[in-house]
Amino acid sequence: MEGCASNIFFASAETAVHGGSTRSRIGLAIKSAPMDHLNAVGRSVLRPDGLAKVTGRALYLDDLPENGCWHGATVRSAHPSALILSIDASAVTDPEARVLTAKDVGPRNSVHLIHDDWPILADGRVNHVGEPVALVVAPTLARAQAAAKLIKVAYQAQTPVLDLDAALKGDPRTGGRENVLAKCNVQRGDVDAGFAAAEVILEGEYTTGHQEHAYIEPHGVLATPALGADGAFVGIDVVGSLQCPYYVHKALTYLFGLGDDAIRVRQSTTGGGFGGKEDYPDMIAAHAALLSRACGKAVKIVYERQEDIIATTKRHPSRVRHRTGVKRDGTLVAMDIDVLLDGGAYITLSPVVLSRAVLHSAGAYSCPNVRIRGRVLATNTPPNGAFRGFGAPQSLFAVERQMDKVARALGLDPFAVRIRNAYREGDITPTGQLLKESVSAVAVLERAKSATRFAERFAANEGARAARKDDGKPMRGIGVSVFWHGSGFTGNGERRMMSKGAVRLRPDLKIEVLSSSTDFGQGTEGIFRQIVADACGVALDDVVVHIPDTAAVPDSGPTVASRTVMVVGGLLARAGAKLAETLRTFAAHQSGTAPAAVVLSNGFFETDRGRTPFVDVAKRYVTLHGPLDAVATFEPTPGSTFDEATYQGDAYAAYGWGANVVEVEIDPDTFITRVTKLTTVSDVGHVVHPVMCAGQVEGGTLQALGWGYLEEMKMKDGRFLNDRMQTYLIPTMADTPDMETILLENPTTQGPFGAKGVGELPMDGGAPALLQAIENATGISLSAIPATPERIFAASRARKRS
Amino acid sequence: MSPTYRFTLNGKPAEVAGPPMARLLDVLRRDLGLTGSKEGCGEGECGACTVLLDNQPVCSCLVPLFQVEGAVITTIEGLAQGQAGALAQGQAGALAPDEKATELQRVFANEGGAQCGACTPGMIVTIKALLDRHPKPTRDQIREYVSGTLCRCTGYERIFRAVEVLTGQRPAEGEPAAHSDEVSRT
Amino acid sequence: MSLSWSPKTLAEAREALAQGATKVAGATDLMVTDHASGREHASVLNVLGISELQGIRVEGEQLSIGAASTFTLIRQSPEMATHAPLLVHAAATIGAAQIQNRATIGGNIANASPAGDSLPALLALGAMIAISGPRERRIVPYNAFHTGYRTTVLGPDELIERVFIPLPSPAVQIFRKVGTRAAQAISKVVVGFASDRLEHHRLANVRLAMGSIAAVPVRLHDVEILIEDHPLTADLADRAASLVEKTIWPIDDVRSTAEYRRHVAGQVVRRLLLDLLAAPLA
Repeated sequence: MEGCASNIFFASAETAVHGGSTRSRIGLAIKSAPMDHLNAVGRSVLRPDGLAKVTGRALYLDDLPENGCWHGATVRSAHPSALILSIDASAVTDPEARVLTAKDVGPRNSVHLIHDDWPILADGRVNHVGEPVALVVAPTLARAQAAAKLIKVAYQAQTPVLDLDAALKGDPRTGGRENVLAKCNVQRGDVDAGFAAAEVILEGEYTTGHQEHAYIEPHGVLATPALGADGAFVGIDVVGSLQCPYYVHKALTYLFGLGDDAIRVRQSTTGGGFGGKEDYPDMIAAHAALLSRACGKAVKIVYERQEDIIATTKRHPSRVRHRTGVKRDGTLVAMDIDVLLDGGAYITLSPVVLSRAVLHSAGAYSCPNVRIRGRVLATNTPPNGAFRGFGAPQSLFAVERQMDKVARALGLDPFAVRIRNAYREGDITPTGQLLKESVSAVAVLERAKSATRFAERFAANEGARAARKDDGKPMRGIGVSVFWHGSGFTGNGERRMMSKGAVRLRPDLKIEVLSSSTDFGQGTEGIFRQIVADACGVALDDVVVHIPDTAAVPDSGPTVASRTVMVVGGLLARAGAKLAETLRTFAAHQSGTAPAAVVLSNGFFETDRGRTPFVDVAKRYVTLHGPLDAVATFEPTPGSTFDEATYQGDAYAAYGWGANVVEVEIDPDTFITRVTKLTTVSDVGHVVHPVMCAGQVEGGTLQALGWGYLEEMKMKDGRFLNDRMQTYLIPTMADTPDMETILLENPTTQGPFGAKGVGELPMDGGAPALLQAIENATGISLSAIPATPERIFAASRARKRS
Repeated sequence: MSPTYRFTLNGKPAEVAGPPMARLLDVLRRDLGLTGSKEGCGEGECGACTVLLDNQPVCSCLVPLFQVEGAVITTIEGLAQGQAGALAQGQAGALAPDEKATELQRVFANEGGAQCGACTPGMIVTIKALLDRHPKPTRDQIREYVSGTLCRCTGYERIFRAVEVLTGQRPAEGEPAAHSDEVSRT
Repeated sequence: MSLSWSPKTLAEAREALAQGATKVAGATDLMVTDHASGREHASVLNVLGISELQGIRVEGEQLSIGAASTFTLIRQSPEMATHAPLLVHAAATIGAAQIQNRATIGGNIANASPAGDSLPALLALGAMIAISGPRERRIVPYNAFHTGYRTTVLGPDELIERVFIPLPSPAVQIFRKVGTRAAQAISKVVVGFASDRLEHHRLANVRLAMGSIAAVPVRLHDVEILIEDHPLTADLADRAASLVEKTIWPIDDVRSTAEYRRHVAGQVVRRLLLDLLAAPLA
């Protein structure tokens, strides 16, 4: 691409696809508008909120004018499992303070997500440390906090179930049986026959821990009540740091039993999400709204960091077991996989996290016989929820480590075993999905290998281990991973949502983008401008994006699941094309030309007679007809189905593909890992904004590395111990490697201009590649993360003893 | 009655009455309406609250009000106007076309240094201090000096590159805005 | 309503000290604990402006460091670089730039955290602490300053005025910190090692101080005796590591495990001795 330097490479579809056919990027039929001229897409234009952010002018929730709002505080359980015997607020003498408990919530005391099991305020019992038991509101935060301290809650402690081992032994809440929140099973072929035909069979068990999102801006929400003539509560207006305004909208209409128009939810500038602001805002918004109803005032709740860490959702811990049958040449013949996730105390989004974990658990590899069993178990720990990757990082960590084990057992190098089995176009997944296009497993692997001279360095490090001197010099290692990530909602999710995207030509002649997709760093706003500008054929400056506001925008679905560019961008491209079509026809009639002879491109209507600026035609249109709206609704791909009973069919409309090469140095005395270099290769279909796309890959991969070796979340008696930034360690600049970021474009027919998602793919491969690098350096194979120095040391000591 | 403390803020005299141990961060955000500095952790670990105190980057969540008597303080808002400029209150919506950001801020925005932006004010202030001391810093110098300012979105790579672009060590990858700094949000 | 004092001299500070005002230096720890606990102070005393606490200079046979010296100043000081590089290295590992610009050596000492990074360096350098208050100034050897976990000999009406490093300072000064990450890191083990110049492959006047492995920073006298004046060999390094492991009493905590700390403390000492062996200074 012109204007791009250094590390962003665009492999044409021809070279990216291993043995595949030439693929044209133009005229992608079903999901996108015909794209002859890309003027904005593909450029690294200044993000619209960029200057506001670098000058400190962007207003996050806690920056908004308070205008006399009151403040809320939350009283939380200190017990993981207990009956609530009494809640005594009699010591609260502040005449203006209000205290709410479960009895004040109303008949629908639950956060309305998938199932309604998550209490907004604990009712009669608590099931995890940090569970909200009471809410307090007062004119100032200090008074609210002071009142909260005076509330006495009496508990009768019960025996908690604190981890997967305990959960597997039986949960007293379910009469000693396993307390399964969700199940998900997938089968393909005949696994038993496969194992019978295998030449080598290997088993492994892999575990991952909690991960905290650690967005730099903690949760915050401001709720303003709408009061009727008689002062009755008739509605609520919520502004918050959130990813999914319509999720909050649904939760609040459910809670209050009010109509859609009575609730309004808007996103404020949001300082990071990573999934942590997908589900939890429903809870904090419900709290603020209830307090607002109680006192008749606007109420703000902002969490300090410690409360945020203790109270909000985390990545599901996992334990994944593999039994793998292979031929001696490394060909996979059977995979039997057991996926176990710790859901915490309530279901939240666990069924979907499990589903995605299961669907990615056989990795980027073709295998004829696969059996995957998945379960989420309940424990008395804070409910786990959405976190970038959403189950896939956990199961991909396991399969990649298992493939490393296979490679070692067979004397193959990690690349060889991966390339042998990696998906190619025409292969079939465990759900029976035919991968008919846009498959880049081999391409990303080969690119990663050549960019890093992997084979020679891996071998050199293996050799160096044997010859190592006792000189204190760091041990070097290099590791690779390959992975895939489904874009869009799993299975029939998109079909169920029937998301909408709209554009409007306004009286001021701007084209306004209307969707509920939020920007929390990943550049949604700017990217939608680019997509719509090119879909319409106007200049970038002609397009503006409405803030996500349920009073003004349609429900485009949540900003999750790597769907923003592919699904919502696709809707907006279609809507833009419709708008352009109407205007072209209008321009044609105005000038007496046939509509087919009018082209709208880069801000001009062009015929063979000359060209007219877009704004001139637009002005004439709105003068005559007023604003022009165009809406697009999600259309399922014809012939694409998914059967939820059998879990067979097209699990995802498209897959992103990635390979990571991680290089480390390990101090032989302290076992401290230093990541020295990161090389990523990512196929995203089509790059809309090279710098932002690279930024997503780099940020996501560093998060994956942090999860892999640094971010340990310890628990004791059901309470998170690493509850501060001082103790929950995310990578600093000093921990960060130099990064080479290679982007490939292997377009899909399912997204605008061939684009797939990129938000979560980068989370999937950093951790296993890191552990392979540690193994290459030290000979120590770890199967649990984070791979802290303490764990490496313990493994080293165990190895010495044996 | 609370005591009054006087200091220089973004080039102008300021006077604040408050408890001596009030956090400078709270004074800036709540008493003075300068919401650019953010509270990410409240314990000096994340650097999102960084301001310049006598030209040195410090975490304003750790500075008690009574110790800024007589000091010279610059916040992100002051950097946007140059050290000597006057400061308007934070504003939402479109920036006026002749509003000036410093070159650092502009390059930072162009090169992907800011994603969610929550760390960005602290990051810009710290990097400004770095560049005052090392006009052409190496990556390791950037790492060492700015390691107390955490980012969760970018992976830091685009932040390093923004500094390298600014200091002529790397060609730009982003396109600067053709027009002025209009924020296209309604 | 609380009183605040910002005196320019010790004399001006006396009244505040006599009233038991809370002493505030860089406040990098105090502000965190106050915010978490909601603690309020009846009166506060800013020690940063007191003239007697400023400056880093050589005075006769000692390096005199003002207690109000920030770690940034310590890192930038030519006198520190010449005479006490151990402390300079320690300063460079404390937090990051924002913390170093505020945290002071006096504050680090008074705070008395078992994991304070400058503290083993002070022990290894044989530092002396000048304490001032209503009574006459007294000098306390740093190795007698701590009385227990986060408790010291400093009275509520006293403050640390200066830190003295006797000169000539040890020729060999080695600082090692095993942190939780590469920056903004609390130490799991922190080591300050000092000795005279290596001659005939022997070290004399060995001081081995360690932090984060006990309630207070400590000198490991048994290990010092093992090393002192014995031929420096690989075998001695191994034996020193073993003895370190046997001598210290680390704990499991949120940051690390006792087993890891124990092992790594030994390895760090072993390695620094092997490095000395490989690159003799004589």
